Amino acid sequence: MQWGSVENFLNMGGYAPFVWGAYAMVAAAIVAEIVLVRARQRSALQAARSHAERDSIRKGA
Amino acid sequence: MNTVAAPAGFSLFRYSAPHLVYPLAGKLAPWFYALAALLGAAGLYIGFFMAPTDFQQGDSYRIIFIHVPSAWMAMFLYLVMAFWAGIGLAFNTRLSSLMASAIAPTGAIMAFLALWSGALWGRPTWGAYWVWDARLTSTLILLFLYLGFLALQAAIDDPRRADKASAVLALVGVVNVPIIYFSVQWWNTLHQGASIRPGGTTMATIMLVGVLVMVFAFWSYAIAMSLSRLRALILEREKRSQWVADLASGRAR
Repeated sequence: MQWGSVENFLNMGGYAPFVWGAYAMVAAAIVAEIVLVRARQRSALQAARSHAERDSIRKGA
Repeated sequence: MNTVAAPAGFSLFRYSAPHLVYPLAGKLAPWFYALAALLGAAGLYIGFFMAPTDFQQGDSYRIIFIHVPSAWMAMFLYLVMAFWAGIGLAFNTRLSSLMASAIAPTGAIMAFLALWSGALWGRPTWGAYWVWDARLTSTLILLFLYLGFLALQAAIDDPRRADKASAVLALVGVVNVPIIYFSVQWWNTLHQGASIRPGGTTMATIMLVGVLVMVFAFWSYAIAMSLSRLRALILEREKRSQWVADLASGRAR
């Protein structure tokens, strides 16, 4: 491998804080976005469920 | 009458119906997530283990593999968002406006990541996290436009009026995208000029391949994210309709 060692790889030629700082933010953003969208889907389904129940009670089903 | 029947025969307008797009988006999204993961893994491998160290910038240049994809996606997603917002405004189709709303948060995140990764790349190479040059400033404006779109939608209570108002904002903001793109030609900028042009490129081939693979990875991810969010938005917006009630209480598909 071109890096020679894990240490060299993590060091990124001395630019570690910049390179890993950028990649870490991308990873964090992706994880956060996926988590938030899943949460939104769950609460949308839950809200739809409550709405449907209230509706069927109101209609006397 | 529990479920709405699909129109007979095939028509493109079939997919302006929320109750038909909802399951379609549900089927498509996982494929795009998988594609994003695969392309992302391949792109990162190329970027870190195949592309060599740069003669001038050392290893700091490797930020390019997330900076260019996020920047391109921020611009591209804005155009797609404005397109759907415009269609919704012109034809009064709810689903088109929902598609624009589904794209907006992803686009905003891409714009932020472009600025963040760019700042961390700029510090070691230019000596500055930020300058008010044409490209950086217009990309910051792009982020503000995305946030403005979302804020305007949230601020207006009636959903259809919110759709229309934010559509106007989105459309007016389209002018910013060619400004970002041509800024490095039109003005004296610290940000470098275009290295990737239809005519050719000045960067090493393996680096270009890595960048392009990551662009497609980000693109697949954005599609997957938008489709997933669209589903949630459809449920929120359409919860008074029978098909959503059936779906939510598990009575029908």
